[in-house]
Amino acid sequence: MSVLVYTENWEGKFKKLSYELVSYASGIAKMLDSSVTALSIGDVDDAELKSLGSYGASKILSLKNEHLRMLDSQAYTVVIGDIAKKLDARVIVLSNNNTGKALAPRLSVKLGAGIGSGVSKLPSSTDPFTVYKRVYSGNAFANVVIKSDIKIITLAQNSFEIVGTVNSAEIEHIGYDLEAGLIKTEVRDIHKQTGQLLLTDAEIVVSGGRGMKSPDNWGPLVELAGLLGGATACSRPVSDEGWRPHEEHTGQTGKIIAPNLYIAVGISGATQHIAGVSSSKCIVAINTDKDAPIFETARYGIVGDAMKVLPGLIEAVKSATTD
Amino acid sequence: MKILVCISNVPDTTTRIKFVENKLDTTGIQWVINPWDELSLTRALELKDNNPGQVEAVTVAHVGPASAEPTIRKALAIGADSAIRINAEPHDAYFVAAQLAEVIKSEQFDIIMCGIESSDFNGSTVGSMIAEFLQYPSVSAVSNISIENGDVIITREIDGGKEILSLPLPFVAIVQKGIAKEPGIAAMRGIMMARSKPIKVVEPTDVEPLTDVVSYEMPPEKEACRFIDADKPGELIDILQNEEKII
Ligand SMILES: Cc1cc2nc3c(=O)[nH]c(=O)nc-3n(C[C@H](O)[C@H](O)[C@H](O)COP(=O)(O)OP(=O)(O)OC[C@H]3O[C@@H](n4cnc5c(N)ncnc54)[C@H](O)[C@@H]3O)c2cc1C
Repeated sequence: MSVLVYTENWEGKFKKLSYELVSYASGIAKMLDSSVTALSIGDVDDAELKSLGSYGASKILSLKNEHLRMLDSQAYTVVIGDIAKKLDARVIVLSNNNTGKALAPRLSVKLGAGIGSGVSKLPSSTDPFTVYKRVYSGNAFANVVIKSDIKIITLAQNSFEIVGTVNSAEIEHIGYDLEAGLIKTEVRDIHKQTGQLLLTDAEIVVSGGRGMKSPDNWGPLVELAGLLGGATACSRPVSDEGWRPHEEHTGQTGKIIAPNLYIAVGISGATQHIAGVSSSKCIVAINTDKDAPIFETARYGIVGDAMKVLPGLIEAVKSATTD
Repeated sequence: MKILVCISNVPDTTTRIKFVENKLDTTGIQWVINPWDELSLTRALELKDNNPGQVEAVTVAHVGPASAEPTIRKALAIGADSAIRINAEPHDAYFVAAQLAEVIKSEQFDIIMCGIESSDFNGSTVGSMIAEFLQYPSVSAVSNISIENGDVIITREIDGGKEILSLPLPFVAIVQKGIAKEPGIAAMRGIMMARSKPIKVVEPTDVEPLTDVVSYEMPPEKEACRFIDADKPGELIDILQNEEKII
């Protein structure tokens, strides 16, 4: 019996979210008096694999198979499902990112395992197994009991504190004979930029709305994000107008993010926008309208014109970091 | 080619969510097609219009009681050719997906489209569950579907970019931003025509849900916003650096 955590890799590397997942899995393992097995699929070297041990994995399974280079949901489900069965995994933990969303539901059906998706805390009880999840796009939370023997959890990003331990993990290289014809998706083309900070990974996000007035005004916003080591985002009308790329659109119908700091500049704070950012640890709003709804969500606010406030903030960050 | 769009019936996205006795307080709620599903339906109809002779029909399916019929009629008014309603309370995602899979087995569709999440339960699960029930391939995070020389081509969003994929029919596409720009509009003619379009009502199969919602909680109360003078941006940076310790 064990807790299985699927740790995806990006170009052979893990990310903060991978360590959040292992820390979370190890929290559950403690509650169940069990241990954590991490599963990695892809070309990850042993030093990188070992790093998972520092967050509580006692065993790391590494599967390298050239047919599994790209995500084929059906094939991955067969592989992870078989491994889960072999380990007699009681709980399977995945990220609530695109990959987790593609795999967890299929695993649920394969294993007859109920899902708690977008979970942000350790279970409040393991019998009945009760998880806490965001519902109504952040306007409420639900306590959900998973009744099946096997439980699947997808963990919301940046919701669980990384906990380091002094475990030394054992790495086991495993093979898998994929059934011929199992992979049905064919990749025709890939367009990808590497090396750039992804919005979903950024701990600081500076975001602009229609109050930025024109696509030509984004210079100071981008500069501030850069100085803070953060990423840039925008509201939906801004990406709809083509002022900023679609990848930056946050909100209910765009990206759902949970940075430590979200700075909303010239964004009114419509519920659909808030739905995408309400899990941020701290929200700062800059808006000319002191009654803008964004101030109901923000912890700190500045009532003022973005074009005047942004340069002031840039100067303040510069002088704070040279001190 | 036949397309099925699975639709969920959700409170309008501006609804103030409240609960009475651990159930959603439905007084005054305006019910709508889940925004993702509406965009998904819009794209399905575009595919039909742009590929005459290739896409024969677009059907919508919904698991829910008769009270959801106005939402289904709206989908028909936007342009769906027919609808199927599985007459059951949508207890959990597993239950809903099992019902839809059963219908798909008997009716046979080539492309099944589901939204990335439903704005009520935010589960992101039904589409991929259907695919596993039926042992169909599935692609998640789909931002475009097109038909080129008879082949179905899919764009999948990945971290930092996109992949262009092709796969054999039938399959399930779980769609997100990009799939259609604006939701299709139910014009007067559509509304008139929708009245005579068929809604087939199917009784559910016996499936045991795997999860139960035991209680709801409101988000923690938030302290009032602390305002900082626009002429003192340094004060904000100081707070973020020394009090919040996040920069
Ligand atoms: C189904 C549905 C889904 C949606 N999904 C999303 C979504 O995912 N994301 C999203 O963002 N929206 C979404 N929307 C749209 C949403 O309802 C709002 O229309 C949108 O968020 C408003 O964007 P905004 O705040 O940039 O613009 P506005 O609402 O126009 O606000 C601009 C703000 O800028 C302020 N301002 C003006 N000038 C200045 C200045 N010089 N300096 C500082 N402030 C200034 C104004 O006071 C105002 O508060 C959705 C809507 C629907 C119906």
